[in-house]
Amino acid sequence: MGYFAFNLAHFTRILRRAGLPVGPDRTLAAVQAIEAVGLDRRDDVHAALSAVMLRSNDQQPLFDAAFEVFWRDPKLAERMMHMMLPKIQGRGEKTQPKRNNRMAEALAAQRPQSSKPPNSAQSDHQQDFDLDFAISHSDRERLHAADFESMTAREFAWAQRIAAQLPPPVQRIRSRRLERARSGRLNLAATLRHTARQPDTMLPVYSRPRRVLPPIVVLLDVSGSMDRYARLMLHYLHGLRQRHRLVQVFTFGTRLTHITRALRDRDPDRALDEAAAMVEDWKGGTRIAQCLAQFNREWARRVLGARAAVLLITDGLDREGAGELAQSAAHLSRMTAQLVWLNPLLRFDGFEPRAAGVKALLPHVDHLLPMHNLSSLQDLERALISAPRHRFNPSSRS
Amino acid sequence: MQAQSVDEVLALLQAQGYVGSRRLATSVHLALALQRPLFLEGEPGVGKTELAKVLARALGAPLIRLQCYEGLDVSQAAYEWNVPRQMMEIRLAEVASRLAPPDGGAGGQHPTPTPGRDSVAERDVWARSLYRRELLIERPLLQALTQPVRPVLLIDELDRADEPFDAYLLELLAENQITIPEYGVVRAEHPPITFITSNRTREVHDALKRRCLYQWVGFPDEEQELAILRAKAPQAGESLSRQVVAFVQRMRRLDLFKAPGVAETIDWTNALVALDAMRLDPDSVHDTMGVLLKYQDDVARLQGAEVGRLIDELKALAIIDGD
Repeated sequence: MGYFAFNLAHFTRILRRAGLPVGPDRTLAAVQAIEAVGLDRRDDVHAALSAVMLRSNDQQPLFDAAFEVFWRDPKLAERMMHMMLPKIQGRGEKTQPKRNNRMAEALAAQRPQSSKPPNSAQSDHQQDFDLDFAISHSDRERLHAADFESMTAREFAWAQRIAAQLPPPVQRIRSRRLERARSGRLNLAATLRHTARQPDTMLPVYSRPRRVLPPIVVLLDVSGSMDRYARLMLHYLHGLRQRHRLVQVFTFGTRLTHITRALRDRDPDRALDEAAAMVEDWKGGTRIAQCLAQFNREWARRVLGARAAVLLITDGLDREGAGELAQSAAHLSRMTAQLVWLNPLLRFDGFEPRAAGVKALLPHVDHLLPMHNLSSLQDLERALISAPRHRFNPSSRS
Repeated sequence: MQAQSVDEVLALLQAQGYVGSRRLATSVHLALALQRPLFLEGEPGVGKTELAKVLARALGAPLIRLQCYEGLDVSQAAYEWNVPRQMMEIRLAEVASRLAPPDGGAGGQHPTPTPGRDSVAERDVWARSLYRRELLIERPLLQALTQPVRPVLLIDELDRADEPFDAYLLELLAENQITIPEYGVVRAEHPPITFITSNRTREVHDALKRRCLYQWVGFPDEEQELAILRAKAPQAGESLSRQVVAFVQRMRRLDLFKAPGVAETIDWTNALVALDAMRLDPDSVHDTMGVLLKYQDDVARLQGAEVGRLIDELKALAIIDGD
């Protein structure tokens, strides 16, 4: 077992170097696991080590590849890892999260039967895109990386103020947890604890349900017509994400991009740079219908719990497919508790929902609010409280 | 009854009619041998909850189940003080102290120390006696620690509870104990075999996963699913089962909002049997679609030519005999 433990430790190190978060405690657990299942069958060893070392199904392909190579020839595995991994970069330089994916693909390619991770949506859909979308839509889509630098100093200062102050324009929901209150439900247990400390007086303690922000999912239109607003909104969303952990942000133009990971960085400049690098359809065309459908299919069941609110930030100017848009919007509105639409075009007094896309979306949103300048953004929350809900909202949500 | 190897676990599960992969059995074996919680993640309807139930039955252990939901808190998950009884004790003590002679006397039969007397120490004893074990109401997590035999604890759909609850579980999972501020630490004499399931509607905290063995439960392959049907829906003939499995397996490859799970496959087979369908044809599939698909958009998608196409595909493979 001694030699074997040594090998296991070596294997753990290789996994770690490959980007899997495998702590030193795993080595010990792995030794125990192998002791429990024995070394007779290779598939048992594989299953046991996966159970001990993995924390998510996404990590399986990378693990499989490493396992495959290592148990054939540990030395070879190490050399391969060296070749495949970029050198550790100096301090301050960011390691790109995409790297793991790329390596996973590179390694997994050795095993033709290895299953595709279900959730590496990012790399997957990038590939899809390269094959399908780019060719068929190359005329309309102008792919370029977002240039946040061109934001003026004043814009930036604005955005920062907004990000620091503004509550999100969604209605708070009643949590099932309670908080102390002046009046409400009598909290017997708390009353008793209070009495135990001060037995001479028996003061009743009350509590009521806490009102909390629901999880928020933001779908931000970054197409050409939305350019000016989208940049500002990204700052706002970064601030929001910093204050409220349950925020997921997606951008869409001609494709859907999940950028929440980028917005986790505390520093707004770094976060937005990273987001800009992820968004490749900045200032391109709009395909709202397809993007919403893709969101519904791939993300809605995962990121929308029963009570999540969806913030749709778009001008609703879709170039095609109003019928499909209505269908996707209807589906989305059924999956979420509140669907709030922020529309910069509402600034025009005579705004009428004449564009086909706007007409298709409108029946399915709960609130339609303007967002064209600072004051309208500051009014958002007030507007929301006074605005009646558009649609009848069946409460049977699961 | 204790399983000593992967093969024995596999046999144990099979004896209870649970068809699982060898991989899953390995994880269960490890959970038993290393006494670590097993974290099961996967699509709904692939048998995560069932695994815990079956194992409890196979080991003859009591199953304690905690269904998670949003807003789940300690008083519903772990323990709660019996406040009405505590109130009553206070009232009784009050009455007793009023009845007792002012110099303290010999004391009544009631063992409760009386409040009202001003010594701080006595007050302390009194306050502590309000929080004794009998006044503690055990909820599932605490129950799991106080069983006379090793129980199976199932924490079901953890992703539905909100995040603070993940942190609350850490002590239980790592140390098999619960700390009750007013009372002390309750440690398990017979640590439970813990299963945690998640449908992945949110990511469960890493600190929690680190204390567990991790196992992804995917959809079964064709052979396995057929074996499951043989065990769970034996009244369906071999030929119908084969057709059902082949059909469902192909359906999962379509781009559906919610692919049918194994539970749906079993329900569907039973529905077909109840309707006396001997083999799949477009009509019987249409009539029973609601058992298999739970989203209108998915049903609408299959309503058209899609069902016919799948059936033709099966006919071409001679899984369904041609007319």
